[in-house]
Amino acid sequence: MDWNALQLSAELAAWTLAVLLPLGILAGRWLALTRTRARPWLQALFALPLVLPPTVVGYYLLTLMGSRSTLGVLMDSLFDLSLAFSFPGLVLASIFVNLPFAILPVQRGFEAVSQELHDAAACCGMSRWQAFTRVELPLAWPGVLSAAVLTFGHTLGEFGVVLMVGGNIPGQTRTLSIAIFDRVQAFDPAAAGRMALLLLLISLVTVALGYGTLERRGKAGAGGN
Amino acid sequence: MAKIDWRAAVLLQRFIVAIFFSACLFAGGVAQAAGGPLVAAAASLRFALEEIVDRYAGVTGSSVRLVFGSSGALVQQIENGAPFALFLSADSGYVERLVAGGYTEGTGTAYGQGALVLFTRLGLLSEPGEGLASLARATSTGQIKRLVIANPEYAPYGRAARAALRHAGLWTQVQPLLVVGANAGQAAHFALEGAVDAALLPLTLAKIPALTKAGNYVVLPAASHPGISLHQQIVVLRGAGADAYDFFVYLQSAEVQAIFSRHGVRAISG
Repeated sequence: MDWNALQLSAELAAWTLAVLLPLGILAGRWLALTRTRARPWLQALFALPLVLPPTVVGYYLLTLMGSRSTLGVLMDSLFDLSLAFSFPGLVLASIFVNLPFAILPVQRGFEAVSQELHDAAACCGMSRWQAFTRVELPLAWPGVLSAAVLTFGHTLGEFGVVLMVGGNIPGQTRTLSIAIFDRVQAFDPAAAGRMALLLLLISLVTVALGYGTLERRGKAGAGGN
Repeated sequence: MAKIDWRAAVLLQRFIVAIFFSACLFAGGVAQAAGGPLVAAAASLRFALEEIVDRYAGVTGSSVRLVFGSSGALVQQIENGAPFALFLSADSGYVERLVAGGYTEGTGTAYGQGALVLFTRLGLLSEPGEGLASLARATSTGQIKRLVIANPEYAPYGRAARAALRHAGLWTQVQPLLVVGANAGQAAHFALEGAVDAALLPLTLAKIPALTKAGNYVVLPAASHPGISLHQQIVVLRGAGADAYDFFVYLQSAEVQAIFSRHGVRAISG
């Protein structure tokens, strides 16, 4: 059991969530409320990582971040940081890959807030921030939670992009999913099986609990505190 | 409006905290090979190198981190900035490429000769000892449904396999039967798990117990894959530290040569 790999997977999921959740809320809310004609194109852009094979995404990210790229050279000279084959690079890649999971459910959540409620909040004299925290967010919360659970679960299982961008560096980029693959290639199916089972259980429980928090209790109806 | 089931939310939060806590606890507690030079090595050398690294740790107390893959894929990673200190290639051609690109310190040293074998599952060939001739016969009688090789585009043993099949005039014939592994290790894995009839594998992998139980192998002479020398070469990469050099020197010792030899990497002839 490669505990180091589990730690890396957990850290990657945590960092991705920490950066992407606020971003997702902002972008998702904006997409829900905007009237721009470009909306379908923007949605498609955010959904792109869903349709591209992870290896393609990994390839482009490596081209963008590798030591031969402009960004790579910049990071190296300014911060002495190599993005490719490092944990920070993985976090960046993971953020990109999880954009659709973080933005789209949030967008649906905020779309559920009707215009009347926006108007009512304004009529009550609420500031934009108050309207957001006391009216919109509580109503959009299922979407936000869905985004959080999906992003976390997806990152735990991410393989293709992690392998391309991170390599398989023990202690730095060998996440649990990579470690499983490594053990299979090492003719150690027992170890691979144990880690796979652990990953399965963690993912299952996380997602179940996540959706469990949205269970309706009592009648659905106009809510409010 | 969906109300939040707060009990579930609390459970979820506690569960996630528990994952982090136990992962950090166990990861911190286990004696990790936390450091040591990062060594990139051809997948075919996995078992030989794991033994060598164990021996090195016993002798010097220093650890070494190993990363395996096809030599071609590793070269790509190195060229893209992967932080390896040493590279053990299954073919000298890849090392020459790195040297030409300025990624190395020195030109490296050849330490052995790899060998390609024909592996067949138990009971398939009545006379496996004839190597590719037996394969040719079995292919024409339709006994071979699947033949595994490593990827001929970027894995040295895959290139040797292709050269051998071409040399024997079998390349076109076996196209519909081919299963291609991303590296020699994956090819060996397919050979073991994938209900294949035959495979062209490195000797170092064909010798492992899991495979010797599943089939027979016969070593193909170097002449059967003209143009692919399978000269195994080590090279120190740019930016390597003193610990990498220490291991580099160790790899050339007589004791290590003996381990390589036992695993199927012979001394270079001539």
